[in-house]
Order: sequence, then structure tokens, then C-alpha cells
Amino acid sequence: MKGIPQQVEVKANTKVKMSNLANTRKRSDYFWAYLMIAPTMLGLMIFYLWPILQTFYYSFTEWGAFGQYEWTGLDNYKRMIEDTNLIKSFKNTGIYIIFTVPIGIFLSILIAVLLNQKIKGKSIYRTLYFLPVITMPAAIAMVWKWLYNSDYGLLNYLLSLIGIKGPQWVSDPKIALYSLIAVAIWSGIGYNMVIFLSGLQGIPKTYYEAAEMDGAGPIRVFFKITLPLLSPVIFFVSIMSLIGAFQVFDLIFMMIGKSSTALENTQSIVYLFYQHAFVLNDKGYAAAIAVLLLVVILIITAIQFVLQKKWVHYD
Amino acid sequence: MKKWLLMFVTVIIGFIVLAGCSKDDAASSDGKVEITYGFWDKKQVPAIDEIIKLFNEKNPDIKVKTEITPYGQYFQKLETAATGSALPDVMWMNGAHVNQYADGKVILPLTDLAQKDNYSLDNYPESLIKLYTVNEDIYGIPKDLDTTGLWYNKKIFDEAGVPYPDETWDWDKLKEVAKKLTNKDKGIWGYAALMGNQGGYYDFIWQNEGYVISEDGKSVGFDQPEAIEALKYNVSFIEEGLSPTQAQMTETAASELFSSGKIAMMFDGPWMVPEYKKNPDVDVAVVPKGKQRAVAIHGLANVIAANTKHKDAAWKFVQFLGSKEAAEVFAKTGTVIPAYNGTQDAWIQAVPTINLQAFIDGIDYSFPLPSVKSTGEIWQYEIDVLKKAWSEEVSVEEAVEELTKKANEALANE
Repeated sequence: MKGIPQQVEVKANTKVKMSNLANTRKRSDYFWAYLMIAPTMLGLMIFYLWPILQTFYYSFTEWGAFGQYEWTGLDNYKRMIEDTNLIKSFKNTGIYIIFTVPIGIFLSILIAVLLNQKIKGKSIYRTLYFLPVITMPAAIAMVWKWLYNSDYGLLNYLLSLIGIKGPQWVSDPKIALYSLIAVAIWSGIGYNMVIFLSGLQGIPKTYYEAAEMDGAGPIRVFFKITLPLLSPVIFFVSIMSLIGAFQVFDLIFMMIGKSSTALENTQSIVYLFYQHAFVLNDKGYAAAIAVLLLVVILIITAIQFVLQKKWVHYD
Repeated sequence: MKKWLLMFVTVIIGFIVLAGCSKDDAASSDGKVEITYGFWDKKQVPAIDEIIKLFNEKNPDIKVKTEITPYGQYFQKLETAATGSALPDVMWMNGAHVNQYADGKVILPLTDLAQKDNYSLDNYPESLIKLYTVNEDIYGIPKDLDTTGLWYNKKIFDEAGVPYPDETWDWDKLKEVAKKLTNKDKGIWGYAALMGNQGGYYDFIWQNEGYVISEDGKSVGFDQPEAIEALKYNVSFIEEGLSPTQAQMTETAASELFSSGKIAMMFDGPWMVPEYKKNPDVDVAVVPKGKQRAVAIHGLANVIAANTKHKDAAWKFVQFLGSKEAAEVFAKTGTVIPAYNGTQDAWIQAVPTINLQAFIDGIDYSFPLPSVKSTGEIWQYEIDVLKKAWSEEVSVEEAVEELTKKANEALANE
């Protein structure tokens, strides 16, 4: 571990002093470093970089059956402007993000702070909140689909006991998206909570002791110490959950049937991509959707990086 | 020195792992040929396993590996596999896709192979041979056939004191009985107006003397008055509360509601026999007649991938799957109606508690499921558009206008 920073210094300081010996050593170090990361880099190139470039290329083509395609220039992008389904899917994804990301982060901070206290059975609670994370998304979707079932589901049965006729959670176009959001928040809390917990434990105790000496109450401590010092972690989590939320697919695919009346009001950008790529075999247009999504995520992440200077404290 | 050794070992392990990813497992070492058989219906696994066992008694050198993909993803997977030259050697095909696959040259024409081996195609119903003939070449050996029947729950009929459906029924009678059997307090619907084409609105369109795709294959007939009337008749069951709504049927499949006694009558195919026979109250009758008697007929076939590495083994297996012996396995296990002429009686006797003759009767007045290159695409538009009519979001007239436009465009692009 020590070797690398030293080399950097040598390189930065002087070229003249560099002896032959150091030169060979440096070269062999680089060689080994590159060799070490070669398998990973190779994997990244083959499985990520190359497909991205290919997707970009295919977004200018139109596909026929079984992999034949022809160059059509900007046609796919022109088509997007008039595609009401695409606009709707952006709106759906937007609503999904606006609810899942802030609520998800708020709830996971809240739970992380509570579970960071000295309470009994702390690890049991942590395990319980983390359980959805290690459960397969498909299994989660199946279970919730049954809970939500309007005629035979548990949720509406419980509502019927207190005399309320429950709605059609996943079939009513007005409600279905929010039902999905609830499941997404529920299943995402555990993962974010663990990251926040580690962030909380990284805050030095001395700050709290000092605050206590000065007579600050717990709420003031939370807003003046915990939150600012947790801000780098919040920043990280918000970027990751935003990207994740932009790519939502499996919940919709599993919980909303193909012939469901709520599909138009729940389908996300990635679902639309899937529909064009694999159901309608319109892979060129699907590639264009993927490129658009990449650009949108890129822009929003860039904006987040600019804004972070105003609220993230690196200490 | 130890450090160097450690590094070296790490790198070697890395390369071994990478190399492991690309390892090819094509041929096994003991001289056996392995072929894969791709299909979608889980319910047929016991019968298929038995057929493979019989096949292996005669051909011990050919190992058959089965590959099940649920129908919802089956053709998406095939499409991707075909693009990447990774199709199963032998696989199921349906009428909706055979044109596209034959035209794309991803499945093998079997005409020459059949001639060489003197394999007779006269053993199968002509309509099915026609279905799998593209540009005068046969591409699939018929496996089974299916028509539509009116499934009903005897218990619900008995409790309401209504006689069971028979061949005298027509559309008015079906509606009338559905009204009698619907019981809101018990949560029982008289009829399930499924939004499905085969065994659903296609059958009704033909019964009303309408058509789905014109004879020249250039336009669809959804916007014709006969078709509109047929679709409206379907939707009216939902409007009048005699059928579960479209939303209810997507949340809980109608077949599940029917098996558990929540639905008194519904159209469905013979492929549901293995499932429905578990409920002793269930029986089946011929479908009611409209202006004429009509049901959809369709059948699956076994096809061979064009780029298979084991053409001879695959062809041997396909021949066996199309043989009388294999057909008899399907028949006596009551799995599907085998396509091999003369084996259907054994199928009827396999489940004596259910009046399976109703499906065989249907063959006489059946209409083949339309098959053009863009059938798959048109089916997708049917789902996208007709569901809005089924959920009463738009009128049937508005829905068929949109559907006809989209489907005609697809036909024009072929």
C-alpha cells in the first residue's frame, strides 16, 4: 500500500533526480497495477462500455426480425417528440421519483437514528428492516400483489372489517402508481438505513459531548450536528436512489399485468423500453429511449453535484 | 519474494475465472449427443418426460434436455436466442409466429428431410399442415390441436336449478342463464367475458359471420359491423355485472376464479383439462351458436432450429414427437388433443368425468387462427387497445377504430 503514493510524489517533484533504478521500479509497478485491474477493466469494457456504444449506434437504426437492421438517422428521435406514451412514462417515473426518493431517505434516516440509540433488541430491529433487501424483488412483488388483490387480498379484508370497501390497489389507474411507490419505499428502507447507520457511527462522539456540555437539546443536536455531518452520506444515498428510481422496472413488470387497465398510468421509462425492445421487437426505438434515459440521468446527477456544494459538509 | 508469489497466484486465478466464463459445453465426452427441447407449458412436463423416456429406449445415444420458459416470455426469449444463434435444437412453435420464423430463416424447412425418410404428413389434419406450410415448405410437425368449449360448473347450475348447457344454446340463452346464475352475495359470476382472442372474441366474431383478417391478408375486420356486434356482446357481460371486470380478471386470473367455483361458465381450451379436472364439479359443452356455429382451431408444432449442430438427432426426435406412440402418451394422460389422426378417441376416454367430445365436435365447424407475419404485433395491439373497451374506458367503436388503424399499418409494413 505504501509504494504508490511515494511513486506519485517522485513523479510530481522532479524528473532530473529520477535514477535508473527508480525508473525501472516505477515501470514494473505500473505493469503490475495494470495487470491487476485488467480482469475488471476487461469486464467493464465488454459488458458495459461496448454495449453503451452499441446502444448509441442502434438508436439510429430500425430493426426487423432476428437482428437485421438498417440505418434510419434521426427518425427514432423524431418519433419520440410525438410519442404520448413516452411523455406519460416520463411523468410516471417523475412521480415515482418525487415520492420514493425523499420519503425513502427521510424514513431511513429516521429509522437509522432511532436504531442508533441504546434500545433493547436493536439488532433484531435492524435485521427486520434489512430483510426486504435480501429478499428477491420478484418475491416481494408477488407477495404484495396478493396483499393488494382487491377481492381476496389481506389489505382489503382488513379494511372490510372496519366497514370500508377498499380500492383496487393495483388496477385503479389513479391509485396503482402510489401502491407501487409504497412497496418501493418499504423495500428500499433497509438498504439506505444500513448506510446511514454506518454514517452515524462515523460521527465522533466528542461533538455530542461538547453539545451536551453546552446544554443543547436532542432536536438541536440532530439538526446542528447529526444532519450536517451526515450530509455526505445523504448525498451519496440520494444520488444512488435517484438513479435506481429512474430505472424502476421489476415492480411494475411483476405487479401490473400486461392487460391491466392501470398499465398506461404506471409504466416507467424502462418498462416502455422493455416493451419496445422485447415485445414489439422495435429495438432501434428502444435503444433511443435508453440513450435519452442515460442523458437525463447524467444531467440530473450533474445538477446534484453542483448543488451539493451548498449543503454537503465534508469534514 | 512471498509478495511476488501472492500477486502471481492472484493474477492466475483471475485469468482462470475469466476463462471459465467462456467455456463451451457443446459435446459431451461419452459419445452421446445432447439436444435441447424448448417449450412453455409446465402442465405437459409429465407427458413429455415419458415421451423422452420412450425415445431414449430406441435412441440411447441422444440425450434430450428440456428447457421450459413461461408463455409470456417464450417468444421474446426465442427472438433473442435466434439473434444470438442460441436457439434450442427442437422447440414448440405456434401459428402466430411460424411465418415470421420461417421467413427469417431461423427454423429449418422439413420438406426434404420428410421426403428422404418417407415421413408421411397425411397423418395430421390438413388445416394444421397448412398452418405450418410457408412458401410450400413444411416447417413444423403438428403436435396437438385445440378448439374451444364452454366450460361450466355443475354445482352452481344445480343450486340455481338451471339445466346444463347443451348444443341448443345460442347467444341469448347464454346471456339469460348468466343472469340467473350471477349471485352477488355469494360472489359468483355467471360468465367470464375474457379478453382473449382464441377461445374469446375471435370465436364470437366468427360466430357472428365476421372476419379477423381479410382473405388477401391486407386488412383486419375488427371495424366491420359483425365484429363490433360480437365485441359489444362480450363487453355487455361486464357492463351488466354478469362477469368479473377487466381489472378483477387481471388481478386474479379467470381460470383461477373458475377452478375455485366463483365463475359459472367460461370459454376455454382443452389445454386446461389437466387443471380443471381437479375440480369434480367442472364439465364442458359445445359453445353456443351465434348466426353460425364457430370456434377457433389451432395447434402447436415441433420445429427445428436452422443452425442446430445436431440436425440428424433433432430430426429423429421431431419424428418421434410426431409419431403415433408419442400422440398416445399425450392422449392417455389427458394432456392435450394429439394431432395424429385417430388418436383423439384415446384422449376423450382419458378423462371420463368430462365431456371432452365437445372439443372434437368443434373441429367440424372450426376456423383456423389467422397467421400472418405480423400476427404477434397485431396481438399486442389487441391487448393494448381492446383492454380499454373491456374496462369501459372507451366505447367498442372507438377501440376498434384505433385497433384497425394500427393493425392495418402493421399488415402494410410486412
